[in-house]
Amino acid sequence: MKRDLLFDFTVDKAAKTVFVNREFAAGLSLVWDAFTKQEILDQWWAPKPWASKTKFMNFVVGGRRFWAMVSPDGQERWSIQKFTSITPKTNFKMSNAFSDKDENPELPGSDWDLNFSEQNGTTKVSITIYNESLARLEKIIDGFKEGFTMTLNNLEELLATLSR
Amino acid sequence: MRNRLVAHIFAANRFHIKPNTMRRDIFQAIADPTRRAIITLIALQAMTPNAIADNFNTTRQSVSKHLRILTECELVKQEHQGREIYYSLEINKMKEIDKWLNQFRKIWETRFNQLDKVLSTIKKQKK
Repeated sequence: MKRDLLFDFTVDKAAKTVFVNREFAAGLSLVWDAFTKQEILDQWWAPKPWASKTKFMNFVVGGRRFWAMVSPDGQERWSIQKFTSITPKTNFKMSNAFSDKDENPELPGSDWDLNFSEQNGTTKVSITIYNESLARLEKIIDGFKEGFTMTLNNLEELLATLSR
Repeated sequence: MRNRLVAHIFAANRFHIKPNTMRRDIFQAIADPTRRAIITLIALQAMTPNAIADNFNTTRQSVSKHLRILTECELVKQEHQGREIYYSLEINKMKEIDKWLNQFRKIWETRFNQLDKVLSTIKKQKK
């Protein structure tokens, strides 16, 4: 069943934008909650073996989520998400920045736009992430290096992406 | 002083803080559309700067500048054949970019697989 659900991930390097689309076998309300309620978010947002720890989350326009990605040995990498626009069960936008443990952001950050739609009981989430610098994306990955095995795709595939 | 250096090296290894900026340079190199087009061109065959420039509505100086940046990032290599210089793609360096992107994709894949599980658990609880 899971195999039929869409997942695509593309990076437009010229526009410094990452696009992620994914379908979920659940209704819109539930998927919306999973992205906007801290007790559900903390269950899945951090890829294992990392854990997500939300110190506070105020999901209103102008509100913030202050949270940390916690490594298996207890290292915390803090981030601040600031919600800039919310259309319930349809869309929300936020700005994202790494920070220290005292909520001082490290700029530049990234701008996120998340769209939600349901069809026949399947909910599609489309995420657009604009990064001011690709070096910042690199930093995200360096932070995750442990726990991931690398996959090497062939060069043809890469070139197809680059020429897009 | 020495202790600080040792501590820095330890922290760098431990937290994967990389002092070199080489990989950042790669991404700056491919953030430019002309440079991406050059990469695609020379992926197929080694070419001289003049032959590359024939494919663009831009000056040879501009193409030379792009080739210099690509060379500095070690994305392309030069080969001298007689009087001509041929540029070709440094495949291993390109694979490095590919590897990097795949890691990022993997983060999202893992994250969403976890969400699948959370969603199905919540659905069961509600029944």
